[in-house]
Amino acid sequence: MNSISKKESIFKRKKFRSEEQKDRISGYLYIAPFFIIFTLIGLYPALFSIYLAFQKWNGLGPMTFNGLENFKMVLTDPLFWKSVYNTIVMGIMGTAPQLIVGLILAYLLNMAFLRLKSFFRVTIFMPYLTSMVAVALIFSVLFSNHDSSLANYVLTHLFGLDPVTWGASEWGTKIAISIMVFWRWVGYNTIIYLAGIQSIPNDLYEAATIDGANKVQQLFYITIPMMKPFIILTVFTSTVGAMQLFSEPTVFLGRDAFTRDEAMTIVMYLYRDAFRLQSFGTASATAIILLVIITVFAVLNTRLTQGFGKKKRGV
Amino acid sequence: MSKQKEKKGRKLSISKIIVYLFLFLASLISLFPFYWMFVMATRPSAAYNSIPPVLTPGNMMVENFKKVLSQIDFFGGMWNSFVLCAIVTIVVLFISSLAGFAFAKFKFPGKNVLFVAVLLTMIIPPQLGLIPQYFLISKAGLLNTLPGVMILFFLHPLGIFLMRQYISEAVPDELIEAAKLDGCSNFRIFRSIVLPIILPAFATLGIIVFTAVWGEFLWQFTILRDPEMYTIQVALAQLSNTQNVDFGMIMSGVFWATVPLLVIFLLFNRLFISSITEGSVK
Repeated sequence: MNSISKKESIFKRKKFRSEEQKDRISGYLYIAPFFIIFTLIGLYPALFSIYLAFQKWNGLGPMTFNGLENFKMVLTDPLFWKSVYNTIVMGIMGTAPQLIVGLILAYLLNMAFLRLKSFFRVTIFMPYLTSMVAVALIFSVLFSNHDSSLANYVLTHLFGLDPVTWGASEWGTKIAISIMVFWRWVGYNTIIYLAGIQSIPNDLYEAATIDGANKVQQLFYITIPMMKPFIILTVFTSTVGAMQLFSEPTVFLGRDAFTRDEAMTIVMYLYRDAFRLQSFGTASATAIILLVIITVFAVLNTRLTQGFGKKKRGV
Repeated sequence: MSKQKEKKGRKLSISKIIVYLFLFLASLISLFPFYWMFVMATRPSAAYNSIPPVLTPGNMMVENFKKVLSQIDFFGGMWNSFVLCAIVTIVVLFISSLAGFAFAKFKFPGKNVLFVAVLLTMIIPPQLGLIPQYFLISKAGLLNTLPGVMILFFLHPLGIFLMRQYISEAVPDELIEAAKLDGCSNFRIFRSIVLPIILPAFATLGIIVFTAVWGEFLWQFTILRDPEMYTIQVALAQLSNTQNVDFGMIMSGVFWATVPLLVIFLLFNRLFISSITEGSVK
């Protein structure tokens, strides 16, 4: 094999060409497992659901074509619009602080002078380890409707405020669920950001220090621009996750989850249609509307983040 | 302000103290619900209604856990969850790193379009396909089995994104070119050059996948119907289905289901932190 390097340039070029072909084959081969599994259990069921959106089906009997009736029913249902409102409000309250605090924590955790680094990292990431079922059970107790719940105890005794019925009031429910979402996910985003910060080559900082850039300048001209892919990733996934909020309110509210509307999200509305009301057609129509909403928000937020990064770099 | 400027050394230490205070507060907020869960797991159910709230552990730890064992197959559930998570994690790491390698280092027509396609799969709400997915698993005869649960979790577009990102930055092109000149096959390059470099990213992604699958509920609940096949999440959910809800028992189940995962994380975390610091020293 060593003799190849000694061969003439024509042979070399020939070898490169076959190398290119090999790379092409490897490329397709290496990404194939994902796409094969996706086609089978991601794409096909999704397409089947789109088909279902135009049918009337109770899950057992025969399907009948229903045209756009399903969409009409969903879009004229006030409860659907309430669920859109709830999803957006809880999405903003749960996600925006999460990303900002995550970024701050990752930055602080990467500071050179810091001791107990692994202690902080481990504790801040720990909430993410707790399962949704566990988190919701713990928080439903912390934020229970009783005056004696810990959240109400803090409100009344430490701040002199009135107790809140966390499970049954318009804002109490949303705030409790947003805090729960924040608590569980902030550590996850911190770890992603930390991995991002640590992937930035040290030479960049060294060069900047030699050029006389201070820590704040380094933060805005090196750290944040270099982390843009990671920030865009978390904005994207958090936006999608927030629009798909389901388990948190469902388990938090327990028995009341599908009878009350203070915290009903779009996916809960969808689930209720399918599994409580046996109306798979309207549920599938809701899923498609949700897909449009998610796309709009994901593109919008990603664009906003990209613009933010560019501005910082351009200054 | 001017005073602070004069004493630059002191200003630095004040900002250090603020950093520590902020991080300690964050740690406290992160840890408190765990502590609370532990307290409740050692107390009778009635402890919930006491004013002021109980903040010290009681002596009901064993009794509460015995009640859990009489209600559900706790250890069977833990084992099923572990097998499920271990296999899914290994498969996802393999699929993601292989695809991430291809997207980061190979040239092939349609690469960018396909990569965007991978990202776009993330916006499909998992609930959209739930009904057809259920019928599909049922038709394949995989209902009530762990493989039936697994296959859906093999889809992890975020993993491909992370791996592509990490590989394109951490693996130098020159290294791959050199290996190619030495006659290495692409898979050999992946195994011998790329894999050792991306181990820190493996730890990160591994923890993400393992915990995500461990905590997932809806899909496991849909596919696993037989109590013998229950994973721990599905089993735990049964605890609150009893006639008289016993909060001490529920919290005990939640607590003991969380502890093993914390242990695994602490073990993994050391590898995680050491490999990251090794990488930054270079």
